[in-house]
Amino acid sequence: MLPLDATQQTFAHALLRPELQVPVAVAEMVGPTRERRFAVHRNNVKASLVATLAAKFPVIQRLVGEDFFEATALVFVERHPPRSPVLAEYGAAFPSFLGTFEPAVDLPYLVDVARLEWARHEAFHAADAASSSIGSLAALADDDLESVRLTLHPAATVVASAWPIVSIWTTNTLDAEVRRIGPDTPGEIALITRPDEEVFVHLLPQDADRLIAALADGAPLGEAAASVPDGFDLSTGLALLFSAGAVSGLLEGMSE
Amino acid sequence: MTADRPLRAGAGLKPEHHRHILESRPDIGWFEVHAENYMGAGGPPHFFLERARALYPISLHGVGLSIGSAGGMTPGHLARLKKVADRYDPFVVSEHLAWSTHEGVFLNDLLPLPYTEATLALVSRHVEEAQTVLGRPILIENPSTYLRFEGEEMAETDFLRALARRSGCGLLLDLNNVVVSAVNRSFDPLTYLDTFPVEHVGEVHLAGHAVLGDIEAPLLVDTHDRPVSPEVWGLYHRLITRLGPLPTLVEWDSNVPAWPILEAEVARADSVLRAAGEGRARAA
Repeated sequence: MLPLDATQQTFAHALLRPELQVPVAVAEMVGPTRERRFAVHRNNVKASLVATLAAKFPVIQRLVGEDFFEATALVFVERHPPRSPVLAEYGAAFPSFLGTFEPAVDLPYLVDVARLEWARHEAFHAADAASSSIGSLAALADDDLESVRLTLHPAATVVASAWPIVSIWTTNTLDAEVRRIGPDTPGEIALITRPDEEVFVHLLPQDADRLIAALADGAPLGEAAASVPDGFDLSTGLALLFSAGAVSGLLEGMSE
Repeated sequence: MTADRPLRAGAGLKPEHHRHILESRPDIGWFEVHAENYMGAGGPPHFFLERARALYPISLHGVGLSIGSAGGMTPGHLARLKKVADRYDPFVVSEHLAWSTHEGVFLNDLLPLPYTEATLALVSRHVEEAQTVLGRPILIENPSTYLRFEGEEMAETDFLRALARRSGCGLLLDLNNVVVSAVNRSFDPLTYLDTFPVEHVGEVHLAGHAVLGDIEAPLLVDTHDRPVSPEVWGLYHRLITRLGPLPTLVEWDSNVPAWPILEAEVARADSVLRAAGEGRARAA
């Protein structure tokens, strides 16, 4: 009898790598062969992990088709198996993997669409918080307005892309009929929020990601407003942030 | 195995049924949840479980502790399990006689263990550690097995009896796993049931399985994707008639059906429990 750790070592390696033989510790028995018996575990591992990725990246699956997605996910599972039994945490590296996966290089927008889907997934599990209304901002005096800091909601995330990711996501998820999105469609910035139990994807105006990044860094509103180019419609941008539930609090009178 | 465990049938709490359950409050004895689905910070999983917990007893079933790993249980996972248990106050916490983590990689399957003295010592130590951290006895579930290892030293039922005696844990008897393993490992399920250390059983699981391959050499696979099989109902009747009512879960985790179909399976288990309870009352 091999020591248990040696048995588990060969078992674990053979599960993830189909070219490896069934571990010698697996006994010959009447009925199904050792290979068929071990294949049940191989299939359990791979099928369940491919399914968990498909559940988190349904638009990627739709864009590339089920067969291509499965083949891609199987390579990802082999190279980046989960490091935690909490499968909600599995797949963070899938978007960047898509950018390096040779068969997918002709679809460069996949990476950012996958980042949007992962942001939705993370928003689903993010900490809960109440959202603030824009009324709380409107109630401030002009001087305080300059110095106030906005606390972003734990679920609020921005994904900026050179590709029209919000249009791609929306038409593959919500639209009754898929719209054609041409190659000249400009890049888009997505804001993902989950004010209550539902996750939302919003299209942000150009440069709004800079405003949100400055706010997330703790910059006072006056300073954050200065980080966006002239011509940016600040009041519309802020109204969208608040109505989307991306702000969970105002901090007044805080100094550096 | 607290005193207030419900001697009724329960169902898995599935996202597909969340709203219906909260709105219609069906007459179900309890719900079981997989602990790993509630280890995130917030969001809908906690929103719905908190509301369900206010209405029903909850059983917490872990699938990721990897109690059988020679290299140690999944690092940090016991603390996360305790956090969920502390928050939701389940009437019982259970885990599996299996391993799933190796060198930090989680393989997402309940992998089999060779039944040897060395394995028994390792698993007993890990169960004791889990019980110490959780501050309560846990139940350990008999696995679905598809293969056997060279050099095994004891039967599964003897292994589980020794584990319960050494560690003080209770047992979760999954009757579908008995049927699945009995075909795959060529043993008689009735003999298994008759030699099982039933005095330690704190909960019963019922589920459906798939048949893979030809009639000559079939493998049964524990899929939880269909109704409970007739063989499993047969074993259940025999067990409950002998032992009296026990908390019983109908597991249906993929191809999850509309609520009334799952509810009917739970009602069927409840009727077996009721009949056994009435039989005992008459005999008393």
